[in-house]
Amino acid sequence: MIKNILNLGDAALYCDFGKEINRETNTHVIRYFKSIQKENIISINNLSPSYNKLIISFDLKKTNFKDLKRLIENLDITNEDDLENKKIEVPVCCDENFALDIVRLENKLNLKREKIYENFFSKEFFCYMTGFIAGMPFLGDLSKNMRAKRLETPRVRVPKGSVALTEQFANIYTFESPGGWNVIGNSPLRIFDSSKKENPNLINQGDIVLFKEISKNQYENYNE
Amino acid sequence: MSKNYFQVIRAGINTTFQDEGRKNLYHVGIPFSGAMDKRNYLLSNKLVGNKMNSPVLEFAYQGPLLKYFGNRIDIAITGDINFKIKKRNTIIDGNCYESLNLENGDEVDILSTNKSVYGYLAIGGQIDLKYQWSSCSTNTKAIIGANDGKKFENEQKIHISKLNNHLVEKKLNYINTKIENIRIIKGTNFDYFSDKGKKIFLENEFIVSKLTDRMGMRLEGPKIENIVDTNIKSEGLVKGVIQVTADGNPIIMLSDHGTIGGYPKIGVVISADYDKLVQISPGSKIKFKQVDLSSAENLFKLYDLETQNLISQIE
Repeated sequence: MIKNILNLGDAALYCDFGKEINRETNTHVIRYFKSIQKENIISINNLSPSYNKLIISFDLKKTNFKDLKRLIENLDITNEDDLENKKIEVPVCCDENFALDIVRLENKLNLKREKIYENFFSKEFFCYMTGFIAGMPFLGDLSKNMRAKRLETPRVRVPKGSVALTEQFANIYTFESPGGWNVIGNSPLRIFDSSKKENPNLINQGDIVLFKEISKNQYENYNE
Repeated sequence: MSKNYFQVIRAGINTTFQDEGRKNLYHVGIPFSGAMDKRNYLLSNKLVGNKMNSPVLEFAYQGPLLKYFGNRIDIAITGDINFKIKKRNTIIDGNCYESLNLENGDEVDILSTNKSVYGYLAIGGQIDLKYQWSSCSTNTKAIIGANDGKKFENEQKIHISKLNNHLVEKKLNYINTKIENIRIIKGTNFDYFSDKGKKIFLENEFIVSKLTDRMGMRLEGPKIENIVDTNIKSEGLVKGVIQVTADGNPIIMLSDHGTIGGYPKIGVVISADYDKLVQISPGSKIKFKQVDLSSAENLFKLYDLETQNLISQIE
């Protein structure tokens, strides 16, 4: 549940769900997000759910912090477990041309690459949030022995499709972008499709993701 | 194709189509976008008799050179812009904040923005553009919006599907005031910074870096010392948020910002000062002044009233 609502500037509510980052906290965030979304509140411009926060930005011409805070505090939030938890399989090629940071990661984690991939591909991931760049999913949680920090110096360009790790999370770069995560492979799957008006993201908050290793040949001939 | 169109002879540095922006997509990773300086955007549309949420051309620093082909059309340029209209026999120095008409073969040459960043060109009519999620604002990072999500390129065309009825010439007496002081509200991680760091943030001058674009404004100055953690757990952002990166420099989120960020938020620019903020050009000084929430709300009411008042003067 929301522990605290602060203002973020003069046109956003900053709802804090507690310090812990886990599926339970995040499920609360997602429930609030979906409940508020259903209300179609005209003064709300945007909702940004993340691991343990929900930021609600609003039109200052239509409401203000105090009024919207009261409205949110009095909303009925669904307690039912109606979250879809769609399961999505994401193919990943780990050819060394794609696995830009595998050597670095072997050293950081003190694990052989076979072991890193074995851990990675046997894990079921939960999507905490999407964003930063359009459609990028933040997936967790990696086991403790798989957690590495970001690169000291972020890359100016991480190739589109890169699958990368940092701390307890994995993500997929839906566009070429700057970034500092440890890249271990590349997926040919289209995660963000702007022609899909209703929902351009293949992976959404609350979904379950499984990665599946494919060969270079399968990658090159990949057909959705 | 339509018979009325502009030929883009020179695209300019960062020319895009913008309108009011797109809502309710932060959660998929798509920012608001839209015209950076909303007041000047609205005024440009009003001057040519468009609906207030119509798309316009936004340009930065050096704008485009356009040649017009078709029936007589009204245009208006807003901002602090140095531009010329080339007619068959004459070249006229253009004035901002007035409607101008172009005839077949006329050219508009937008040379520069004077000690500012953004300017707007509104076209009296309906431009043929692709809408994505109820907006045609171009977002070059996510490759969405009008013009296939790209900046303007030389040799492309802008097709006008419908011209507005001709209007009597409209004019507004208005001068953009420049400010160095930007008012802010304390951010949610204000206490991540040392007393010295807070003092630097609120009392020192910063210089706007060249690495400033529609996504963010980077500032350079004395380092702001963090005493808690240079990272936070990634969470949402809104425009105007000032994050301090690990190197101690502030960066202000602008209209095309990444929707999620992991740096501590030291402050947020108040809504009333956003239009002025985006016009501060690289190399210029900027200074922050802290206000409380209720002052920020009142200042926005005043600013909005002033904008509405300017719009009504164009009737």
